[in-house]
Amino acid sequence: MSQRLPLRLARDATFRAVATLSAVVALLLLAWILWTLVSRGASSLSTALLVTDTLPPGRGGGLRNAIIGSLIQVGMAVIIATPIGVLAGIFLAELGDRSLLGRVVRFINDVLLSAPSILIGLFVYQILVRPFGGFSGIAGAIALGIIILPVVVRATEDMLRLVPSALREAAFALGAPHWHVVANVTLRGARAGIVTGILLAIARAAGETAPLLFTSLGSLNWSVNLTKPMSSLPVTIYQYAGSPFDEWVGIAWAGALLITLGVLFLNIVSRLLLTLGRGK
Amino acid sequence: MSDVAVGNLSSAPASRHRGFARGEQASDIIFRGVLYAAGILVLTLLGLIIILLFQGGLPVLYAFGIDFFTSSAWNPVTEKYGAVVAVYGTIITAVIAVVVAVPAAFGISFFLTEVAPPVLRRSIGTAIQLLAAIPSIIFGMWGFFIVVPLMAAYVQPALASTLGVVPVIGTLFSGAPIGTGILTAGLIMALMILPFITALFVEVLESVPPMFKEAAYGVGATTSEVFTAVSIPYGRTAIVGAVMLGLGRALGETMAVTFVIGNANRISASLFSPGASIASTIANEFPEAAPGSLKLFALLELGFLLFVLSFIVLAVARVLVRSRLET
Repeated sequence: MSQRLPLRLARDATFRAVATLSAVVALLLLAWILWTLVSRGASSLSTALLVTDTLPPGRGGGLRNAIIGSLIQVGMAVIIATPIGVLAGIFLAELGDRSLLGRVVRFINDVLLSAPSILIGLFVYQILVRPFGGFSGIAGAIALGIIILPVVVRATEDMLRLVPSALREAAFALGAPHWHVVANVTLRGARAGIVTGILLAIARAAGETAPLLFTSLGSLNWSVNLTKPMSSLPVTIYQYAGSPFDEWVGIAWAGALLITLGVLFLNIVSRLLLTLGRGK
Repeated sequence: MSDVAVGNLSSAPASRHRGFARGEQASDIIFRGVLYAAGILVLTLLGLIIILLFQGGLPVLYAFGIDFFTSSAWNPVTEKYGAVVAVYGTIITAVIAVVVAVPAAFGISFFLTEVAPPVLRRSIGTAIQLLAAIPSIIFGMWGFFIVVPLMAAYVQPALASTLGVVPVIGTLFSGAPIGTGILTAGLIMALMILPFITALFVEVLESVPPMFKEAAYGVGATTSEVFTAVSIPYGRTAIVGAVMLGLGRALGETMAVTFVIGNANRISASLFSPGASIASTIANEFPEAAPGSLKLFALLELGFLLFVLSFIVLAVARVLVRSRLET
């Protein structure tokens, strides 16, 4: 700081300008991606897309089976992972501090949170697909469940820790058993935050492609049989986008637009929910 | 690591509660049992993932031994497989992503914490975070259909005629500008990890005690000097951790890379040339790997390698990030 003031002020101004520019560039890139999706996907977007199944090239077709397949697999993943995740989150917040087990589980959960999703797919392939004779919707749901699980655990723990300890202590002082305090006091206080975490986890799982390649595989036919290969929106987009048929590429863009709108919608809703929850 | 989260305020109620819980209500014993079971389940899950990925690739280790890790072959016809090309591609693309994303993340986090008008901070921060919500496959499609042609037509020729003529690093930016390749994959990934690293940086920067910053302002430092001389040094452990978390993400990124890396089993000095990463090789070759074939085992072994790589990076990152933010 021994240089002369004008020089330092000029450097500060440059620094600010570069920082502002980098934020502007990031926002422009976001806008560019969204614009690409709208300009390329909107033309193929129609109600026919939502009510017709995928068809061979040259015959039009839609994405109904893919959308339903995604809804089924993500829905099942949430049903499987949420109760376990919330319980493990409660475990970390309530009992996790004084035991080695708690610290290890928290660390492991952090690793799972960032583990490459393709490895979750390979794992489910090894444990479910290979031994039980084939790709299946249930395997896809379990893979997505393993992706959702650490997000829910983390959100639950973080949100429970935000509940003021005076509230818990007041409940304990009234002689309430531990489970009662958790169920009726802390969980209630953390509800909005936990729901936010679950919604964000759903948004993440809905766009996952890699783990489904090895588990539910994808299918071009209408199938809601959980023991058979099942179509999903991301995998269908992947197959269509890489195909040489313009028609399929167009449908892939429409699917990409749909999935991005859905994911962004979930993100925005969950952020609003959190803001409202905090506002109370 | 041993004292992480111990002794912070929120742990007080749980330990205070310990005394009178002993020997009490059966419902509480069941409650605690269920919680322990859920915790152990999470633990078991990761253990199973490690064991199954390790076991899955064993046949390829029996077949090639240590050669698998030193060979650059990938030939389904002669059934010769090696990990070198994929490991190289994984590390190089991840390093490009981090090298590009980190300076940008510093800039954006400085903007969000010090420059932007307070009214705009939240909305701009949220918009940048939305970038992180966009699924990987969307980045892949955008990269393949939009960015790759631009790279081939403008960016790569421009780089070749400027950086390409510089001695030593010139070879990195030489070769045919075909668009797909290591460089494009690294750049797309940089954009994908940027919001993630930025969010962590902002969190770290906001944890700097105002007193430190104000002391620097008090002796006449400018905003950027406070940022580089106070905030960054204060948060350096967590900042390094955040960068490593970004690196960990980039190592395992699959769909976007698969679209733009070119999927060629070769190592070239030029960053313009197509290559392969571990994740893109697995995603790309898996459909053609018959159950029980050596190729499938080679892919599973690659998966195990990726797991080891990212586990090390993530474990170090978590220790660094948590140690700063939670004590």
